[in-house]
Amino acid sequence: MNFLHHLLEKQRPLFEKGGKFERFYYVFEAAETFMFTPPSTTPARGTQIRDAIDLKRMMMTVVVAMLPCLIYGMWNAGHQHYLAIGQEADFMTKFMLGLKHTLPIILVAYAAGGLVETVFAVMRKHPINEGFLVTGMLIPLVMPITIPLWQVAVATIFAVLVAKEVFGGTGMNILNVALTARAFLYFAYPTDISGSVWTLLDGASTVDGYSGATALAIIAETSTAQGSGFTPGAAVAALNGTSWAPGLFSFENLFMGAIPGSIGETSTLMCLIGAAILIATGVGSWKIIVSVFAGAYLTGLLVNAVAVNAYMDLPAHYHLVIGGLAFGAVFMATDPVSAAHTETGKWIYGFFIGFFTVIIRVFNPAYPEGIMLAILLMNVFAPLIDYYVVQANKNRRLSRATV
Amino acid sequence: MSEVIKLKKGFNINLAGKAATQLAEHTPETVAIKFDDFPGLYRPKILVKEGDAVKAGAPLFFDKAIEKVIYASPVSGEVVAVKRGEKRKPIEIVILCDKTTEYVEHRKFTISDIASMSAEDALNHMVGSGVWPQVVQRPYAIVADPDVAPKNIFISTFDTSPLAPDYDFLFKGQEQYFQAGIDVLRKVGKCDVHIGLNAGAEVSKVFGGVKNAKLHKFIGPHPAGNVGVQIHHIDPINKGDVVWTLHPYGVIQIGKLFMEGRYDASKTIAVVGSEVKQPQYYRTVLGANISKLVAGNLKSDHVRYISGNVLCGQKIAADGHIGFYDHMLTVIPEGDKPRFFLTDGWLAPIAKRLSFHRALGLLSFLNGSNKEYVLDTSTNGEERAFVATGTFEQVVPMDILPMHLIKAILANDYDGMEALGIYEVAEEDLALCEFIDVSKQPIQQIIREGINMMRES
Repeated sequence: MNFLHHLLEKQRPLFEKGGKFERFYYVFEAAETFMFTPPSTTPARGTQIRDAIDLKRMMMTVVVAMLPCLIYGMWNAGHQHYLAIGQEADFMTKFMLGLKHTLPIILVAYAAGGLVETVFAVMRKHPINEGFLVTGMLIPLVMPITIPLWQVAVATIFAVLVAKEVFGGTGMNILNVALTARAFLYFAYPTDISGSVWTLLDGASTVDGYSGATALAIIAETSTAQGSGFTPGAAVAALNGTSWAPGLFSFENLFMGAIPGSIGETSTLMCLIGAAILIATGVGSWKIIVSVFAGAYLTGLLVNAVAVNAYMDLPAHYHLVIGGLAFGAVFMATDPVSAAHTETGKWIYGFFIGFFTVIIRVFNPAYPEGIMLAILLMNVFAPLIDYYVVQANKNRRLSRATV
Repeated sequence: MSEVIKLKKGFNINLAGKAATQLAEHTPETVAIKFDDFPGLYRPKILVKEGDAVKAGAPLFFDKAIEKVIYASPVSGEVVAVKRGEKRKPIEIVILCDKTTEYVEHRKFTISDIASMSAEDALNHMVGSGVWPQVVQRPYAIVADPDVAPKNIFISTFDTSPLAPDYDFLFKGQEQYFQAGIDVLRKVGKCDVHIGLNAGAEVSKVFGGVKNAKLHKFIGPHPAGNVGVQIHHIDPINKGDVVWTLHPYGVIQIGKLFMEGRYDASKTIAVVGSEVKQPQYYRTVLGANISKLVAGNLKSDHVRYISGNVLCGQKIAADGHIGFYDHMLTVIPEGDKPRFFLTDGWLAPIAKRLSFHRALGLLSFLNGSNKEYVLDTSTNGEERAFVATGTFEQVVPMDILPMHLIKAILANDYDGMEALGIYEVAEEDLALCEFIDVSKQPIQQIIREGINMMRES
C-alpha cells in the first residue's frame, strides 16, 4: 500500500499552508488519516507512547454493534411487507426488499451528515470528526422504512447543525444528535413518522383486517377505549388478539422483533447482541444500559401496583420489549457525550430514562413512544446530575481541609 | 507497620527491553544541568561562564525566588557551554568532566553529630551544598521552599512505571546513607517521614529496616509507586498544606553529604527499551551524556532516546544528557511510519498491539499477561475533542475526577481546579490518562498549565 501513501503525500503541499487548496486541508487530512495512521509522533515532553486505539476505532465499534439490528431490520422490513400483503417469500427476498429501501436512507444520512461536518470543518479549520460515523447509522435505524429521503436529509442536516455544530461540534453537544433528527421529524412532519407508516406496502393491497398499528398504539387504544373500568390483562389480550396476523404481538415475537416499527429498533434480541458487543469492548457504559432496563422495569411494577387503566396494568416485562426501549437504552442513552459523564451519574441518568419512558408511555396520550423524549429530557438533565456528583467529590476534599 | 494498601485502578504497560541485573561503569565526557528539569524555577541566576573550572558541588546557579538554594555541579571540570534559547532563556549548562573528580569539601558528621545538630544548621548545610533540589514539594511538584515547613515528608521506594529500574539494585549497600538521610530530613522537616514500600516484592534490604519513619505498604498496578498516589492514601494534601517528597536517591545523597562531607552526584541508571541490545544498569553521574551508552548498543537507528520512563520522560538527542531526576534511559522506535487502515491500522483486527481499551485489545488476552510489547512513538491517531468518559477514572487510583479536573483547567476555573484536587497531582499521576486517551490530548501539559495557573494566582 506504499504507492497509495506516496500518492497521497505528493498531494500534501497543495493542501498545506500556502498551497492551492489550503482551505480544504482538513478534508485532505480526513482522507489520509482514514487510510493511513498519521505520521505524527508524540511530542518531546509528556507521554512518549500512546495507546493503539483512536476515536475512529471506537466509533466503528459502535457501528459494528449496530449491524445485527440493521441486518435484522432489513429482513424485517421485507417480512412485514409480505406479511401485510399476505404473500409467502423466502429469507433473501425479504432481505433484499428491505435492503433496497434501507440502503438509500443510510446513504442519504451519511451524505447529509458528512456534508455538514465537512462544511464546518473547512469553515472552522478543525479536523473532521468521526462522530458522524455513528450518527449516520443511527438515524436510519430509528426511521420508518417508508420515510421520504428528502426528510432524512433535512432531519440529518437539522440535527447535525442544531444539536451539534451550534454547541461547538463533536464532544460539546448536549442533545443526542440522532434522536434530535427523529424528534425533528416527529414534530415537523408528524404524518410521515407516526400512524401507519411502519410497514412498507408499496401500494400493494393488504390482507383482510390489516392494521399497521404498532404494539404501543394497540395498547394505548385499548386503554383509552376501556377507560378506568378496565379488565385486568386487557392490554395483553388486545396484543394477542389482533386477528390479521396471529401471534404478531406475542411476547416472544415482541422480543424477537418481527413486528412493525422503525427499521432497526424492533428487535430486543438484536439490541441485546449489540449491547453485548458494546459492553465486551467497553465502548458503551453497562451501567447506563442496565439502569435504563431496571428503571423501566421497576416503574412498570410500580404502575402495575396502582393500575387504574389497561395501560397501567400492562405487565412490567412487556415494557422492556415493546417500542424502542432496548434500542434507546443500548445505542442512544449510552452516547458518552450527551449522557452523564460521572460513573455514579450514569446510574441515575439511566434509571430516570427508564422511569420517564414508562411514565410517558402510560400517562401521556399524545406520545405512544416514550424513550425518545425520555432520553432527550435526561440529556438536558445529565449536566445537573454530574454537577451534584462532582460537588460531592469536591465536598469530600473540602471536608478534609482544616484551613 | 500499617496494613497493605491495595490499589485496584491503574494499568501496567509491559514493555520489551527490561534491564538485566548487571552493572557496568560509564564515564561520561560531559554532564549537563537542564533548566527545564525544574518546572518551578522563577528566574535562574547563572554563576558560571564558559571556560570556568568547577569542582563537584560548586554552585552553578540559583533561583532568584529562593536565593539560598544552590544548584551544584555534579562533577569537577570545565564549563564548556551555557546554552540559551529565545529571549536568553537558559537551556542548559554543560560541563566537560575531569578524569578524577575533585569535590568541594564539607564538614563530616557522625551519626551522633546528626542527632545533636540543630535543625537550622542541618537545613543551611543542605541548601548550600547542592542536595536541596532533591526535595520536591507538593502542591505543584516543584523544588521545595526551605522556609516553608512541611506537614509530612513522603518517599516512595519503588517505581511501577514501564521498564522502571529496581530500586533495591539501584541503591544496593547504601542503607546507612539512606538512614542518615531520613534522620536529617526528620530533623529539618520537624514532621513525620512516610515511606511507601512495595508489598508485591520481597522486603527491601535497603528500605525495609529503616528506623524513625512510618512505613506503608502498597500493592497494585502503575501508578501505585507514584509518591502522589501514596500521599493521597496516607495523608492527602489539603488546601494550605505543604508536603515534601523525595526520591530515595535524594535521601541517600543527603546522607552522603552529612556522612562523607561531599556532594556526591554519582548515580546508577538503567538503560532499557526494545531497541537496546543489552539493557542493563550503569554506574554513572547525574546529568551524564548518553552517547557512549548508546553507541554500538542499539538494534536500529531510527529510535527515540528518552530520559526517564516512556510515560513522563523527555525526548533527548543521541548526544543528549540524562535529566536531573531521572534514573533511566529508554530507547524505543520512532513511530512515523504509515500503517494502512485495513492491514495494521485503525480498522484492522489487531491483537498484537497494546491497548488499555478492549475495543482494540479484545483479543489481547490471547497474548497472555506476560507478553512484552514493543511500542513506538506513533500517536496512533489525531487529537480530537473529549468524547469518551469514565476511562480516565479507571487508571487514577485516587478519589479524583480526572476528566473534570482537566476540564476545569481548560476553562481557567480556579475554584474548580482547587476543589477537584489540583494540589494533589503532578503530571506523572495522570500520565496514564494521556496514554489511554482516545482523543490524544496532551494531558500532562494541561496539568502543568493548571499548576502554573494556581501558582501565579
